[in-house]
Amino acid sequence: MNIFEAVGVALNGLLSNRLRSSLTMLGILIGVAAVILLVAVGNGSSVQIDNQIQSLGANVIYVYPSNARAAGGVSQGFGTGQTLTQADVDAINSRQQDPSVVAAIPIASSAGQITYANQNYFAPVTGTTTAFPQVRNYDLAEGSFFTEDDLAARHRVVVLGPTVVTNLFGTADPIGQTIKISRQSFRVVGVFASKGGTGFGSQDNVVVAPITTVWAYLTGSRGKVIGQIVASAASPSTVTQAETEITTILLQRHQISDPTQADFQLQSQQDILNQANSIAAALTLVLGAIAGISLVVGGIGIMNIMLVTVTERTREIGIRKAIGARRRDVLMQFLIEAMVLSGLGGALGIAVGAAVARVLPSIPAVASSNFPTPVVSGPSVFLAFGVSVAIGLFFGIYPANRAARLHPIEALRYE
Amino acid sequence: MITLEGVTKTYRMGKFEVHALQGVDLHVAEGEFIAIMGASGSGKSTLMNIIGCLDVPTTGRYLLDGTDVADLNEDQLAKIRNKKIGFVFQSFNLIPRTSAQHNVEMPLIYAGESGRAARAREALGAVGLADRANHQPTELSGGQQQRAAIARALVTNPAILLADEPTGNLDSASSVEIMKLLANLNAEQGRTIVLITHEHDIAQFAKRVVEIKDGRVVSDERKAA
Repeated sequence: MNIFEAVGVALNGLLSNRLRSSLTMLGILIGVAAVILLVAVGNGSSVQIDNQIQSLGANVIYVYPSNARAAGGVSQGFGTGQTLTQADVDAINSRQQDPSVVAAIPIASSAGQITYANQNYFAPVTGTTTAFPQVRNYDLAEGSFFTEDDLAARHRVVVLGPTVVTNLFGTADPIGQTIKISRQSFRVVGVFASKGGTGFGSQDNVVVAPITTVWAYLTGSRGKVIGQIVASAASPSTVTQAETEITTILLQRHQISDPTQADFQLQSQQDILNQANSIAAALTLVLGAIAGISLVVGGIGIMNIMLVTVTERTREIGIRKAIGARRRDVLMQFLIEAMVLSGLGGALGIAVGAAVARVLPSIPAVASSNFPTPVVSGPSVFLAFGVSVAIGLFFGIYPANRAARLHPIEALRYE
Repeated sequence: MITLEGVTKTYRMGKFEVHALQGVDLHVAEGEFIAIMGASGSGKSTLMNIIGCLDVPTTGRYLLDGTDVADLNEDQLAKIRNKKIGFVFQSFNLIPRTSAQHNVEMPLIYAGESGRAARAREALGAVGLADRANHQPTELSGGQQQRAAIARALVTNPAILLADEPTGNLDSASSVEIMKLLANLNAEQGRTIVLITHEHDIAQFAKRVVEIKDGRVVSDERKAA
């Protein structure tokens, strides 16, 4: 008996009990559809995180002050130091030793209660220099960014992110209006275009002012602190080179010979991306594993129904053996039945999972939420199909073997 | 064709040993039509299972068409059953939800032989069922089902046709019809037929009647031609 005849015999067996076959298949179908869909959601959130991080600029490098050292070399916590200075920024910006860096800006962070008319809003305030839009990749939607003059003269001017504008002004035009931050008056000179980021510390919820103004009016008592330096490399591929150059400059300037003792830390967007990706991969794995449980349940369903089938068809097995079927022939028949059940269920499950993944984003309730668009990956499809066939094989072996070992006389006598 | 020498068969049922056959010697020549008779418990079913290669003797020798089958394993027995024995059962034993045509093809499928559809049609024609080839067993009368089963038994051109109470589930008209068909196969094609039955009027169709009692042959009569 060749394989085509065996498949024919198996299909005949399945078709003779359609309802039962379809219900058994449904178990595998749901399992595979769940795996496909949940892995697609995992992949989708990974892509979403990637996009958000990319919107921060893939070529951006952050320099943070590191653990400050008290007398005696006892290191204090992360970010406690105030080791970064304007001179450091200027040195990086001079580009004499660091051709890979395009621009660097200092950041002084503050936050405060922002008021306009009777509106009230709390937002982070960033003090920086005029290269901010270039380095952080912001576009202006209205007005203009502050100028070198504003920076030199500590003018109280601010540029707002669209989220802040919406919360303070609604639909009114903010340009030229005066707002108050921590009871100091500032004039709005520009509004950023939306970067579309959501969650993850939105890029649109920003208030940017000249760093000199922030030092003078908002962080006054703490002096001229630079919380971090942000530098941009020419392209994502030169980020590593730029990191090396910045490290060299800062070690020299801070007179530190041992890089492990550095009083600053570098982090590139790539590092953040890698971390986020490993989190997303773990998420995908967990989702896939949960869905995999339902696949195993489906497999047990197949085993159960195959055992029933073998018992029900004991007499048929006896007849087949009497007219010359060998053990192998009977084994193959029932094994193929199990694998057709699971394989067909798997194929349909892939179709259903992919269809749901496609339809999901167009459901209004889902579209309006922050739910990631599912991304069905090729490997997950092949894997799901392979696994479902393998499940048929695994859970089919025991019932098929039981059928193959039946003794023809007893099987023929079975009522 | 069939030679049994000192065949015994002992079953173990729990603590008891059942001696179903206690030394059977039997020789069946090619072209014979022999009926094996006996009451239930006489050992005739056991004898049929051994002749049909569904079981092997505990001791003794069994030569079928020159092959000693006493020491064959399960798969070798399956092959012998496929090639040399055509079974006809009391309850027809066609495979359900499968057309007569496909049922008759089944032994050829397991034999891996070609030209199956044509051979199956030919066998169905020989038992007068050519126009019922595509019917399923439930769509056939008892007599028709048994004829389909005979076609299935004949399709591999076996050395012997082994009929176990072939009329047990049939009305008397169909019984006569089936027995005439078997007698014809013997008379016209020279088929060797072994018939197992407990009914005397059915046994009358055979040319030779062997009676079994308590696991032994107690009489062996040939009818004058």
